[in-house]
Amino acid sequence: MSIQQGKQVKQLDRVIIRFAGDSGDGMQLTGDRFTQESAVFGNDLVTLPNFPAEIRAPQGTLPGVSSFQVHLADHDILTAGDAPDVLVAMNPAALKANLGDLPKGATIIVDTHDFTARNLAKAGYDTNPLDLLGDSNDPLGAFNVQPVDLTGMTVEAVKEFGLSRKDAARAKNMFALGLLSWMYGRPTEPTTTFLEKRFAKVADIRDANIAAFKAGWNYGETTETFVVQYEIKPAPMAPGTYRNITGNLALAYGLIAGGVQSGLPVFLGSYPITPASDILHELSKHKSFGVTTFQAEDEIAGVGAAIGASFAGALGVTTTSGPGIALKSEAIGLAVMTELPLLVVDVQRGGPSTGLPTKTEQADLLQAMFGRNGEAPLPIVAPQSPGDCFDAALEAARIAITYRTPVMLLSDGYLANGSEPWRIPELADLPTIDPAFATEPNHRPANAQGEDAEATEFWPYLRDEETLARPWAVPGTPGLEHRIGGLEKAEGHGNISYDPANHDYMVRTRQAKVDRIAESLPPLVVDDPSGQARVLVIGWGSTYGPIGAGVRRVRKAGYHVAQVHLRHLNPFPKDLGEILARYDKVLVPEMNLGQLSLLLRAKYLVDAVGYNQVRGLPLKAADVADAIGELIAQAEGTPVDLTSPVEEALS
Amino acid sequence: MTTDLNFPGLRSGVELVPTADGPQTGKDFTSDQEVRWCPGCGDYAVLKAVQGFLPDLGLRRENIVFVSGIGCSSRFPYYLDTYGMHSIHGRAPSIATGIATAREDLSVWVVTGDGDALSIGGNHLIHALRRNVNMTILLFNNRIYGLTKGQYSPTSEAGKITKSTPMGSLDHPFNPVSLALGAEGSFVARTIDSDRKHLTAVLSAAAAHRGTSFVEIYQNCPIFNDGAFDAIKNNDTKADAIIPLVHGEPIRFGAPDASGQGAKGLVRDTETGGVRVVEVGSEPGQVSADALLVHDAHNPDPSTAFAISRLTDSGYLNQSPIGIFRQVERPTYDDQARAQVADAKAAAPGDRAEKLAALIGAGDTWTVA
Repeated sequence: MSIQQGKQVKQLDRVIIRFAGDSGDGMQLTGDRFTQESAVFGNDLVTLPNFPAEIRAPQGTLPGVSSFQVHLADHDILTAGDAPDVLVAMNPAALKANLGDLPKGATIIVDTHDFTARNLAKAGYDTNPLDLLGDSNDPLGAFNVQPVDLTGMTVEAVKEFGLSRKDAARAKNMFALGLLSWMYGRPTEPTTTFLEKRFAKVADIRDANIAAFKAGWNYGETTETFVVQYEIKPAPMAPGTYRNITGNLALAYGLIAGGVQSGLPVFLGSYPITPASDILHELSKHKSFGVTTFQAEDEIAGVGAAIGASFAGALGVTTTSGPGIALKSEAIGLAVMTELPLLVVDVQRGGPSTGLPTKTEQADLLQAMFGRNGEAPLPIVAPQSPGDCFDAALEAARIAITYRTPVMLLSDGYLANGSEPWRIPELADLPTIDPAFATEPNHRPANAQGEDAEATEFWPYLRDEETLARPWAVPGTPGLEHRIGGLEKAEGHGNISYDPANHDYMVRTRQAKVDRIAESLPPLVVDDPSGQARVLVIGWGSTYGPIGAGVRRVRKAGYHVAQVHLRHLNPFPKDLGEILARYDKVLVPEMNLGQLSLLLRAKYLVDAVGYNQVRGLPLKAADVADAIGELIAQAEGTPVDLTSPVEEALS
Repeated sequence: MTTDLNFPGLRSGVELVPTADGPQTGKDFTSDQEVRWCPGCGDYAVLKAVQGFLPDLGLRRENIVFVSGIGCSSRFPYYLDTYGMHSIHGRAPSIATGIATAREDLSVWVVTGDGDALSIGGNHLIHALRRNVNMTILLFNNRIYGLTKGQYSPTSEAGKITKSTPMGSLDHPFNPVSLALGAEGSFVARTIDSDRKHLTAVLSAAAAHRGTSFVEIYQNCPIFNDGAFDAIKNNDTKADAIIPLVHGEPIRFGAPDASGQGAKGLVRDTETGGVRVVEVGSEPGQVSADALLVHDAHNPDPSTAFAISRLTDSGYLNQSPIGIFRQVERPTYDDQARAQVADAKAAAPGDRAEKLAALIGAGDTWTVA
């Protein structure tokens, strides 16, 4: 990739680009390709896809707008960025829907072709804003607008392939991608290779897309409209081999790794639901790993089959989103009672009810924690970034298998579809998990004679002293035939018991078993570089990025703040209480109305302060920084000014 | 009653399950748990029949799994010394689907009732049947809710006076056999708790069938619905009430005529497309014996089996066909799911860990030194 002569080249340390168009315009693909190019180039990056729940919402309307935001930088970044520096708008609705997010001076590249009277009316424009460019009443006066006939030039560029006008125009997203790839000096080979593969069976479509992509690049290079080419150098990263990965893909790989590292076949019982379905799709491609995928008739059958498979000696997994968890609750309670390993993956989305299917939220924490009848504790694990979904899935598998318990893995829509560079782990660095199946009787009958009489009975609820886990005896093991079920079992022999004292003991023991998991957790990492912070900010899940970026802003402005991020929500790590007590103020930013806050306040009697937004979008780093600043001002009794000495918004 | 499958080359339902080293007795399958059904409950007879039949099946005890849902009948697994799970209401077929798919070497049984299978668990039942997962479903139909003390069930006759329907129930009942045939069950049968011989023969055929075997068992609840099946159990009335289905034989029933065979029989009804009951003989209005419908359980088209199932009274049971309605060969879900895994493994041989490293390291990658 060479920077062309004759054009000015400007160095940037970071840029946030948003591709926006109609749901049918291929914006997700465009953004994804731009991301892959940037990843291969070596930038650090974070992405934020944002699309409607409707597959094809009415064309040209505001609800039909689909967008893909990518933040790339020459340094380590944590979020997809608060506000785009560049907006590519393929139609009037895309312009209107995204304009409010743009800061002054942002660049807007619009496809003039789609600014027809009809499309303008659909987007609610009385007059064409492009007609007013440069006028005193220019509604886009605050921005650097570049009107380009993307569609027209695309059709012209691909005319030799004899496509219908409609098919020809569909390649416009590749033209836009080519133009942006030129502007930011992206490598083009990955995209040409991708297009060759993707459309291998339809030569004219393949050739048209490649031609449009190249035409977009060449247009940038030759036109006088674009005079500046930008360069964003690769970001320094820890040594290793990297790839770009989404949360759902990393999670699927983590589940496969859970099978490999435990030596168990993986059985996924699942019912399609946004935004979790991709995990089912991905796992269904990897049967060669001994993975069975079962698309069930409903959510309940999905978890039921997974429980059956676990009983039969597989690693049972079920994947869903919040509404599916609600349906699976009774079955998850059965897994708590029967003490079988089970992974329950909840890719959270906006709720309640059907809510916002394609938008993100983290409002299922309390459902995961308490959403079952009776005292039904289960461990909860949450990944903090797309790539971290791999490790979190493996950790969930470790806990489920070691402690014979269902484990809730709480991802969310942002992690699921968002992506980041991921350092591919070495297999040797992954933990191994021992299923330790029971193979022998474990109990000496009461009437056995002598101290050294052999165990001849199998007691399915005779526990391991360290973990409190019960033995996992799978069908086919002679002599260990036993019955389990949802009725209360007597400790030890496991027969049905309605004895009051036994029930009290078993309720406490199931809780103690989950609490015992804390013994296996590493100490929390407290990020408090100065050691002088009086405010601690604590979060969980996908808010890691915006919280981390907010913390950086606060520190850049010269203030002290400490950060802790929780992977384990139940049980909490053993040192959490002591850490919370060290700080004067505790801030808990969450994409809910304060669910972790509630748990922390209840368990540690800490006066946790929430920063809460439920907009279906990730938190913004600037907003988190402001919330931290407010608490610092309270804690230290001095006004806090975050604008200085920070010169410009950081990641 | 014949249990001859008459399918050369057909794989047995227990073909891949290891067999016992030596002879077994009912005692081998009896757990140490005290049986706690009400005195006179039909469940005792079914339990005895199953404990008596399992030794004949000759499988290793540890390779048999009984799964149940919730209800009186769902206590069944506790009384058998095999592997078992007493699960949650209506979900046993889904749990059994996971077990049967995960393991080819297990004989999987579901014990359920009319409420468990047809009300709260109706969805799982029909989907297990259409998928044809290799398992045997025993549906104990007492036409009442027993464990919740006497509300009407989805098989209760309309107008039934119960605790929850003092003015009579309004629901039209399900005919479980019709439902199973509608879901394209590959093995659909009906038997009676009190007829040990017939029950055992049907269980044998069900276990031998590869796919989902659905067996409705008429079972008397002496506490909340006593006498629901009197017509087919009473020696005075049962000849007219039971329409016995035997593959390959003309369908005849009723008190014997001069030839010693049932005076009534079934013929196709050309007007309705269904079947109807006729008197057999040569008098006007009667139908000759050679015109009777010959039962063909192996007919790939379930229409006739369905038509026969419609002869079951939906109200008080004065007439009901008993036997194997349908038994056809169809690929099973679990065999095919395992075959896909095996094919995928064969196409990508090698160590799982090495394959995992290749998988996660694929795609557009770059290396930072």
